[in-house]
Amino acid sequence: MKVTGVLLLVTGWLLVLCAISILKSGAARNGFVLAGLAVEILGLVLAIRAHLPVRTER
Amino acid sequence: MLIAPLSLAGLALINTGLGRSRNAAHAMLSAVCAASLAVCVYFVIGRCWHGSASEAAHTFFAAGKPWNWLGAVPPFFSGLAPDGSPAFLAAWFGLLSAALAALIPLGSGGERWRLSSLCASTALLAGITFPIFAHWSQGGGWLQQLGVNFGLGTGFVDTGGAGSIHVTGGLTALAIAWILGPRRGKYSHDGMPMAIPGHSVVFVLFGCLVAAAGWMGLNSAGAILFAGVPPGRLALVGVNTLLGACSAALTAAVVTRIRFGLPDASLSANGWVGGLVASSAGAAFMPPAAAVLTGLIAGMLVTLSVELLELRFEIDDPGGSISVHAVAGIWGLLATGMLGRFPGSDTGAFFAQIVGIATLLGFVFPLTWGLNAALNRFIPMRVSREGERQGLDLFELGAGAYPDFVTHADDHTQR
Repeated sequence: MKVTGVLLLVTGWLLVLCAISILKSGAARNGFVLAGLAVEILGLVLAIRAHLPVRTER
Repeated sequence: MLIAPLSLAGLALINTGLGRSRNAAHAMLSAVCAASLAVCVYFVIGRCWHGSASEAAHTFFAAGKPWNWLGAVPPFFSGLAPDGSPAFLAAWFGLLSAALAALIPLGSGGERWRLSSLCASTALLAGITFPIFAHWSQGGGWLQQLGVNFGLGTGFVDTGGAGSIHVTGGLTALAIAWILGPRRGKYSHDGMPMAIPGHSVVFVLFGCLVAAAGWMGLNSAGAILFAGVPPGRLALVGVNTLLGACSAALTAAVVTRIRFGLPDASLSANGWVGGLVASSAGAAFMPPAAAVLTGLIAGMLVTLSVELLELRFEIDDPGGSISVHAVAGIWGLLATGMLGRFPGSDTGAFFAQIVGIATLLGFVFPLTWGLNAALNRFIPMRVSREGERQGLDLFELGAGAYPDFVTHADDHTQR
């Protein structure tokens, strides 16, 4: 699950890159940039939560 | 620039003070070794990829736009005339920045990170992770050119290194804390954290004051080098840096007073440094009232983040590096986009900062985590159980930091 979280981080970043390079301007571009960041935050939360069981099993 | 190295001294003192006395000499030596290695690695290879806006770089074209993605500068500072040119001063700034970034993960890996693997990890940070992002954000890279190429304000603004130094170092600190795991005895079997207080609050608070002097130098130098701020405007940088630190420290003291009944010295110190970190992004572009607001929120975020990471996520970060550098740094970048006043167009400035933050989370963090996880397979990072019990001073260095004093009764009792 940690790897999935990290992959989501990368995916969110690629979404942001695509948004600024493909969409020219306006609300759509800004919306996709924010969506990319939201995907990254989701990935970070997933990666952090995936870290928890390892600790509690100790 | 001459006072900027004080930020290294400040961080080293803070990291040492927040650890136990049995690890004090190791913590200080780790700081010296990490800073030295970072400077040498940056001199040999890091600067090749970092470069500066006025030097050669690798560029490709996509979607009809140039993407300046990597510096193309010769190694060993060759080709740089020591004449006080912007390129030479940027190289000097890069040396200091690499050293400062290298000290940040030491806080999260404290008391359980072997010196040899710590040096190897530092080499990766100073040779790969830091220079790549620093090129993008400060060396004329694609993030800095977001304004020119994509109409996003004046591009990504990070004059003092909130992103390139602090968030990069803070995210590396998170990766290191994950890889190392918590200190023995930090969490009970049911996941409840135990308090392991640092051995010298005096070191920590003195380190804060020393670091503030260094930050003034770093923020001022960055503002001149990467944003072309005229020297007459440096007073604003100094004022905003100080206001950010003071308001963040006061907020942290008040928050801990409300939550725990008494103000907490080490968390207030973390708040102070968090305020300095948040000010690094755009101290040259903020009105003083905005710098105070940035500091207030940074102090609150740092305090709450320390608690969240320790209690909810079971991430053992003895120096608070993740909260102080990653969380406060990201907030500082965001605040610059929201509250900054730029000479050109403000339109899109906020989204330029968002793109920079997304790059830190989506590129820098996976990169630094992957590199350190791979390194851990070849050079194990964590010290042995016996080494951790004995303390790293005796185990790795053969002598304690305070040989004249009995500092821990439990070290000397029969088991």
